[in-house]
Amino acid sequence: MSKENCYHCGLDCNDERIEFDQKSFCCNGCRTVYEILNQHQLTGYYDLESNPGTAPKDIKGKFDYLDNEDIAAQLIEFDDQETAVANFYIPTIHCSSCIWVLENLHKLNGGIKIALVNFPKKEVRITFRKGEISLKQVVELIASIGYEPYISLDSTDVKSEKTDRKLIYQVAIAGFAFGNVMMLSFPEYFQMDEYWLNRFKPFFRGLMFLLSLPALLYSGRDYFISAFKGLRHGILNIDVPISLGILVLFFRSSYEIISQTGQGYFDSLTGLIFFLLLGKIFQQKTYGFLSFERDYKSYFPIAVTRIAGDKEEQNISVHEIQQGDRLLIRNDEIIPVDGILISKQGMIDYSFVTGESIPVSKRSGDKLFAGGKQTQGALEMEAIETVKQSYLTQLWSHDVFKKENPKNIKSLTDSISKQFTIIILSIAFISGIYWYFQDKSAAFQVVSAILIIACPCALALSAPFSLGNMIRLFGKNKFYLKNTAVIESMAKVGTIVFDKTGTITSNRKSEIVYEGKELENTELRMIKTILRSSNHPLSRILYDQIHSSELGELTQFKEFTSKGIEGKIDEKRILLGSSSFVGLEDKEGLDTSVYVSIDDKVKGKFVFKNAYRKGLRDMIKELDLKYHISLLSGDNEGEKIRLEELLPEIDQLLFNQKPEDKLEFIKSIQENKEHVMMLGDGLNDAGALAQSNVGIAISENINVFSPACDAILDASKFDQLPMFLKLSKSTIGVIKASFVISFLYNIIGLVFAVSGNLSPIVAAILMPISSISVVLFATVSTNILAKKILS
Amino acid sequence: MNIIFMLIIASLVIAVIFFILFVKSVRTGQYDDVYTPSVRMLFDDELVEDKSSGKKSNQNSIN
Repeated sequence: MSKENCYHCGLDCNDERIEFDQKSFCCNGCRTVYEILNQHQLTGYYDLESNPGTAPKDIKGKFDYLDNEDIAAQLIEFDDQETAVANFYIPTIHCSSCIWVLENLHKLNGGIKIALVNFPKKEVRITFRKGEISLKQVVELIASIGYEPYISLDSTDVKSEKTDRKLIYQVAIAGFAFGNVMMLSFPEYFQMDEYWLNRFKPFFRGLMFLLSLPALLYSGRDYFISAFKGLRHGILNIDVPISLGILVLFFRSSYEIISQTGQGYFDSLTGLIFFLLLGKIFQQKTYGFLSFERDYKSYFPIAVTRIAGDKEEQNISVHEIQQGDRLLIRNDEIIPVDGILISKQGMIDYSFVTGESIPVSKRSGDKLFAGGKQTQGALEMEAIETVKQSYLTQLWSHDVFKKENPKNIKSLTDSISKQFTIIILSIAFISGIYWYFQDKSAAFQVVSAILIIACPCALALSAPFSLGNMIRLFGKNKFYLKNTAVIESMAKVGTIVFDKTGTITSNRKSEIVYEGKELENTELRMIKTILRSSNHPLSRILYDQIHSSELGELTQFKEFTSKGIEGKIDEKRILLGSSSFVGLEDKEGLDTSVYVSIDDKVKGKFVFKNAYRKGLRDMIKELDLKYHISLLSGDNEGEKIRLEELLPEIDQLLFNQKPEDKLEFIKSIQENKEHVMMLGDGLNDAGALAQSNVGIAISENINVFSPACDAILDASKFDQLPMFLKLSKSTIGVIKASFVISFLYNIIGLVFAVSGNLSPIVAAILMPISSISVVLFATVSTNILAKKILS
Repeated sequence: MNIIFMLIIASLVIAVIFFILFVKSVRTGQYDDVYTPSVRMLFDDELVEDKSSGKKSNQNSIN
């Protein structure tokens, strides 16, 4: 059978192909979206890109809390009783079709006036008429066409985004001053003692002075602040020599103008500030739109349904949950607090907490922990704590997260700038003394010229441009870094620690191995038929893996919670379930298995094994040549032998690791002065991820999950890890090479300065050339490297 | 030749006006998203076609 892809979302239509309008769809959700768009003549959606859609999730009742005025008010940005504006973050926005359909929302519902998409931020701003459509209906509308907005506690906090605009203003002012000063200083470059020029000199110079004031005081402000802070802590960071250079430039130029001895270096001064800020802008631009700064709050719902005494459901915010409240947790909702299950049964997916992907079945009276996700229908529970004291919150409020910057990285630039500053100051001092005895008047000139020309502008630009460009290239390859310091840390790593579940194993697939008497085709078909009626996650996985057409009439079917299922086909009684269920003695196996019994004869069992990510074997082999490798797992030792066979290179295999144990393990390696890189997947190793020098979260869906890590790596690129490590090392090489280039320029400049020949025109030429050539070198060489290694 | 005072001051004033306009446009958020409009302008204006039944839609997949 040829594989057909869903017309809407592009996934395989496995066995559930739905035909509609001569097109095939993988599920009813996709078909519904197509139908909605078709009805409103919005099928242009499919002309822009092929298979642009995302299958919508079941959202029934999920957004009921938006009817609560207080919660809705937190999301609405503007409201004048008639129209309201709300901004939603929608992770599934990914192509031009998305933009198109979201901006045509008014065709789906007349209550919506305008919808504007901000693609880089994955946000949509919706203006709607309150009389015709409520906030909840707006959310449900966009969710119904596969664009479910991401609403969490975070989005209700007021965010101020004034900071990045400040930089734009600073660059604008610096650029404005730079251009005009350059023009005004041009006539004097040629030193012509000409009548008119001499007449206008004071006017030109005065203007230059005035223009450079805002550039110095406003645009260059951050460098002084950072240098001052550094000095107060006794650190000579790169901003110290920069600030020194800028200040000397300004005071010497002002002195020259006032004393009428020369034109000063205002062009170099404003140019310098302008180039430095350009570097900063570039740095800011390279950080994608991934938000890493999330806390546990981002994963929690903002509201939950409380069941009052008389069965009345109220939507309350999670902070209002009291001990003893009865809560209704819907399908796919996260349990916000620890509690006791009241309903008959629940299927809780604890992958957030333990990393174990297979849901656990719970019965009435069992304790539920915060952070679990209900996967089958709705359940009722009783809260036994408030949000603040729950297990996850405790985990997240570990000391690791409290420190401002736990890693305290001393960057390459900073370590070089210290020596650099000392050398420059001593050169200035020595030549000052020399000239003092030679020619007193020239001493001041020379010392200030040295400090001016040695201003490490190019040096300051080399790291941001090499690292920034590399971050961008990593991002193209689905490896997203929090900031440039991560590349530097990656280059120093000595030990790599992997988490098992969800990191080296895939969350989506389990390998199923059958052990026992061989099953005939007819038997396999019967099993598949029975499985079809069961909704247990293991049944679903098994159903997908057995390839045979269904057959036979199910005459009897019964499901026994957390035991198994029983069915009758063609007078054969088939049992599928745990060992005790099929009549064997209770074996507490280490692995997850489903036993098969036909007509009271146990045939064998299906063993569920973790499916390791492709390329894992070769990757570990390659990494082992340069790194120590450890593997941690929260699971039992069921897979130990298999892992040891599969990955003999691993130095340490540890099982039954609680989140705290993982954290301690990382700490213990760090005590030996080793840099540790940790690869994990979720909340449960968030502590360890934060503690390690480089914490990388492996994610099957980048939009869904980004804990407090330094980087997010898309699962499909998992096997590229050695390449990324190699690249980060060579990036450091590029930085060092560009340091050398900028030193060369400095030496050339110093020769001019020490001999007392630094004219404004020399400074004005050297400064931009050095900066531009370093920037070019850094970006071009990182591009070439990335092409070579990642191709 | 004293006209040069006037000229330079005039050119600076014009430059300052442009600068103020630029700051204004940043403030009103015109530079917040420089990507989406580039996609938006490629969309065809809405022509509501008659949905004649049996119209085959051949999709050219764009990758």
